[in-house]
Amino acid sequence: MMQTYDLQANGLRELNAALHAQANDTNQTSWEIVNPRGSHAVAVGLDAPIEVSVKGSTGYYTAGMNKQATVHVHGSAGPGVAENMMSGTVVVEGDASQYAGATGHGGLLVIKGNASSRCGISMKGINIVVHGNVGHMSAFMAQSGNLVVCGDAGDALGDSIYEARLFVRGSVKSLGADCIEKEMRPEHIEILRDLLDRAGCDAKPEEFKRYGSARQLYNFKIDNAY
Amino acid sequence: MCGIVGLFLKDKALEPQLGALLTDMLITMTDRGPDSAGIAIYGAEDTSASKLTVQAEDPDTAFDGLADKMAAALGGPVTLTRNDTHAVLRVPAGKAEEARTALREVAPDVRAMSFGDTLEIYKEVGLPKDVAARFDIAKMSGTHGIGHTRMATESAVTTLGAHPFNTGLDQCLVHNGSLSNHNSLRRKLQREGIHIETKNDTEVGAAYLTWKMQNGATLGEALEASLEDLDGFFNFVVGTKDGFGVVRDPIACKPAVMAETDQYVAFGSEYRALVNLPGIETARVWEPEPATVYFWTHDQAPTPSKKAA
Repeated sequence: MMQTYDLQANGLRELNAALHAQANDTNQTSWEIVNPRGSHAVAVGLDAPIEVSVKGSTGYYTAGMNKQATVHVHGSAGPGVAENMMSGTVVVEGDASQYAGATGHGGLLVIKGNASSRCGISMKGINIVVHGNVGHMSAFMAQSGNLVVCGDAGDALGDSIYEARLFVRGSVKSLGADCIEKEMRPEHIEILRDLLDRAGCDAKPEEFKRYGSARQLYNFKIDNAY
Repeated sequence: MCGIVGLFLKDKALEPQLGALLTDMLITMTDRGPDSAGIAIYGAEDTSASKLTVQAEDPDTAFDGLADKMAAALGGPVTLTRNDTHAVLRVPAGKAEEARTALREVAPDVRAMSFGDTLEIYKEVGLPKDVAARFDIAKMSGTHGIGHTRMATESAVTTLGAHPFNTGLDQCLVHNGSLSNHNSLRRKLQREGIHIETKNDTEVGAAYLTWKMQNGATLGEALEASLEDLDGFFNFVVGTKDGFGVVRDPIACKPAVMAETDQYVAFGSEYRALVNLPGIETARVWEPEPATVYFWTHDQAPTPSKKAA
């Protein structure tokens, strides 16, 4: 049964407390949040296989630290959406502001509009699919995971990247330090096809270029080498 | 932090609500900075008079007889309309700048907040709701305005450290961020003869724009030059007699959201600031690009000009 929560009327703490109270075997699996009005920290720290639908635009840190849950924002999201996500899915129908998916360890973040600067900064295993463009310094110091950009990337893509696969269909304004274009091998096409499919994007994997680390800048043991 | 808002009306029917809309936007941003707050309002033009908005610590004494003294100094009629710690001096048309200079001689304890034909700036230490209430900003009408709520980082919490800053005739500026080269730039501008009153970083940014424009730059050119010469973080929203502009530094780590409908163009540090504007649900909402000067005037279509970072 769908639970509807009016954020303006009932407040943020109660909302997040109610969502945190859901166990793995909850029967309240479907939540609708109305009147988000740009609020911060909507649906953060979830850890249950529930579906949360936010009807409107949100502020900072939406769905941060998400585990298991599916959070769908029917609007745009402010800075730090899905920051440090561990698993689950976050979908933003509109645009996302700075550092979307920052430090994410796992799960899938889909942004159907554009993401601004620092998308996927320090990503650690998350998959991010942006239907539009990403701003400057995206995937800065990325460590693991995949960033898929169906539009264009801004300045200094993948600056100081450790490891992570960056797929861009459009133009890249400039590559950051130690980030280079890499060969697109069959296994990359397969990874990309799967991510595009899960992100509801009809772009063809063959249209993308892959970028990654030249491995000239760091001296750690390369456990994650792609 | 700091919170900034701006509202530029296209629809004249909204003009009586400008003060109320801006006040609501600014109060929403209170938790981005509760130290001090200010609003700049561009009201109706009176072709017979220009305006000098002034402030005094002790307004009862300081404003007593001020109009007469200013009238004598300017050789023309001057009226004073007091609003709490502030007052608007209406001086003969075209004499706003002369009046600002004369004020320093006539009443050195009275501070000029703004000068121009339509601009009035009101700012004080305190929460946005309290500052807006003491000046009854919500009752003010106008064509456009900008507002700021401050979390001080670079200098003291004082009236003169509050924003908006007056940068020239009918021009003002609010800032979210911090400038890191303001000390060296202050020394340079002071050598050029530019008057700078405080240790505040934004005042230096404002003085920089004034200096550029005194040397022939348009406001747009001055803003573009600021991308080269100012070091640090900044989102600037500027007001002019006829327009409203936005520029972000190339790093763009300070948040910014814009919304446009047939009725208005609005700026907020966060989307929260915009949620009570009429028709926001169907507005075009976007994040302004880094190192890009955006400008709207009542005469022209928007003209964002890209500047290489």
